[in-house]
Amino acid sequence: MAMLERNKIVELQAIATQFADHVVHHQLDLTIYQGERVALVGGSGTGKSVLLSEIALLREPDAGEIMLFGQPVTQLSGQGLAGLRKQIGMMFQQGALFSSLTVLENIILPLQEHQRLSQSLLEELAMLKLRLTGLPEQAAHLYPQSLSGGMLKRAAVARALALDPALLLLDEPTAGLDPAGASAFDDMLLELHASLNLTLILVTHDLDSIWRVTDQVAFLGDQRVLAKQPIEMMVKDEHPVIKAYFANNRAKRAAIKLESTA
Amino acid sequence: MSEQAELPTVSRTQESILVGGCWDTRFLQQQQQLLDAWRQSAPTEADIHVLDTNGAVVLLQLLGSDPERWPQGLTQEQIYLLTFVKGRLTDVPTSEKRLNPLAELGRQTLHSVVHARQLLDFAGQLSVLLLSLVKHPRQLKVKLLLDVVQRDGLNAVPIIALLAFLLGAVIAFQGGLQLATYGANIFVVELISLTMLRELAPLICAIIVAGRSGSAYAAQLATMQMNQEVVALKSLGQDPFVWLVLPKLLGLMLVMPLLTVLSMLAGIGGGMLVASIQLDLGAVEFIQRFASTVDPVHFWVGLIKAPVFALLIVNVGCMQGFLAKGGAEAVGHRTTRSVVQSIFLVIIVDALFSILFAQLGW
Repeated sequence: MAMLERNKIVELQAIATQFADHVVHHQLDLTIYQGERVALVGGSGTGKSVLLSEIALLREPDAGEIMLFGQPVTQLSGQGLAGLRKQIGMMFQQGALFSSLTVLENIILPLQEHQRLSQSLLEELAMLKLRLTGLPEQAAHLYPQSLSGGMLKRAAVARALALDPALLLLDEPTAGLDPAGASAFDDMLLELHASLNLTLILVTHDLDSIWRVTDQVAFLGDQRVLAKQPIEMMVKDEHPVIKAYFANNRAKRAAIKLESTA
Repeated sequence: MSEQAELPTVSRTQESILVGGCWDTRFLQQQQQLLDAWRQSAPTEADIHVLDTNGAVVLLQLLGSDPERWPQGLTQEQIYLLTFVKGRLTDVPTSEKRLNPLAELGRQTLHSVVHARQLLDFAGQLSVLLLSLVKHPRQLKVKLLLDVVQRDGLNAVPIIALLAFLLGAVIAFQGGLQLATYGANIFVVELISLTMLRELAPLICAIIVAGRSGSAYAAQLATMQMNQEVVALKSLGQDPFVWLVLPKLLGLMLVMPLLTVLSMLAGIGGGMLVASIQLDLGAVEFIQRFASTVDPVHFWVGLIKAPVFALLIVNVGCMQGFLAKGGAEAVGHRTTRSVVQSIFLVIIVDALFSILFAQLGW
């Protein structure tokens, strides 16, 4: 590419993961550059979520090296890892908000543990994150149980953004949302990406979301990353596994096109 | 990501005030200190290397919200970020007003009254359910009922027998010591029999069942409520009460008297053992004395409480279960409440029974 050298945010080298006898990843390589919006896709059981939690430093691969922000993770001590984790925001599939805290308190928690700040500043910072994710102000004092699915996911993103991470990981962000809610969520992600200099990695099955949000798709199959390329090229890929994955979708799109021209 | 870790600074030069360094999340604390120190004087020059949204919030407080008065030297991106953040600053909305203590007391009282009404409502529903069973006996899920009989009756036998036995032994031991000083050893028979038959056997039984089964009912129903299983039953044209409450109600009302009789026997047995060891009162003597002085009415007084306690336990356990809403923590909350409330009610009703029987002269 004719661009200046881009910063590598995530660099996975020869990652291996296995559960008992079941090999999930073998010699897996993947590089993600600053500012990219990458979707991890692949069939069930290809280890997308596992890979995401390895990038989030929540799980160690059995072999291989993970470089985050240019630092090799295996050589870091506990303190260094904790520092790196602060630069990574993770949104869990079910939100994983602390149920005994209000939304505002959930967002404040990481900030409060990060440094000693005055309560008014903490609240101001937390309210900013709340607004960034498009939640109404009144949601601040609600408990997670009383939020709708879409609001819950937004609140989870707000908490993930509390420390202004450079890298935001999302596990199935639009799963369980209705189409309108999912597309509003996608818009929010795009807006955040545009304004906050974020790198996004999402695990998703939602093809609409992939088309809308991402500029790169990493396809997992055969225990490694089969290809990383924009979705437009991915759907034309001739690799049999990739072809099979997108075949249904293509058929559907074709059908829709036919319908709209008729 | 810039590698150099420069602290944020504000410094006064001859004609200007310069703000510089990194204004990002790493140095929020230092930024806050700078903000406190320089609140009066807005910077006129800027040389900022790193800025993120958290830093921008603090910086905005330092610079003020008027872009005209922002210092020279901000990059295009930094101005964009500051403007972006400025548009999204919001005050924390006021939360629900705290009530004053008196109003809070009133609210709590009203809450308790409402809750008591719910309990009565539920008891009413159970009564209607029982009546409708008379009309449609085939509604009864016999398999579920037998399940309850086994789980909450049969499986509870060892623990109830053991605890009642120990309770009888302890009372015989403590009471016997006092009686022996008067040479009234023989009265230990009445002591054990009356306390166990009338009061302790039904009570200990109810307490264990409330802890063992009542909590399980609440937890089961609360979990089902979370998973929408209860509404699912309804949507399939089934009455959730018939499936979930009726078998428990009938089953427990059936086994509770049996368990009570068991704990009476075990308690008197425990007393008998201690009497023969401690007070030289043989088993034969004990039984003869028991037969000649203990009126059967005491047995009936104890036994009649058992189904009432069973009704209470099922009522509270199932109602707490159905009341659960919210997340998984509601299950724990409801389970705890069901145990506390059913033991509370059991003791209250026991006291009412005592008054009633005293009036009746039983």
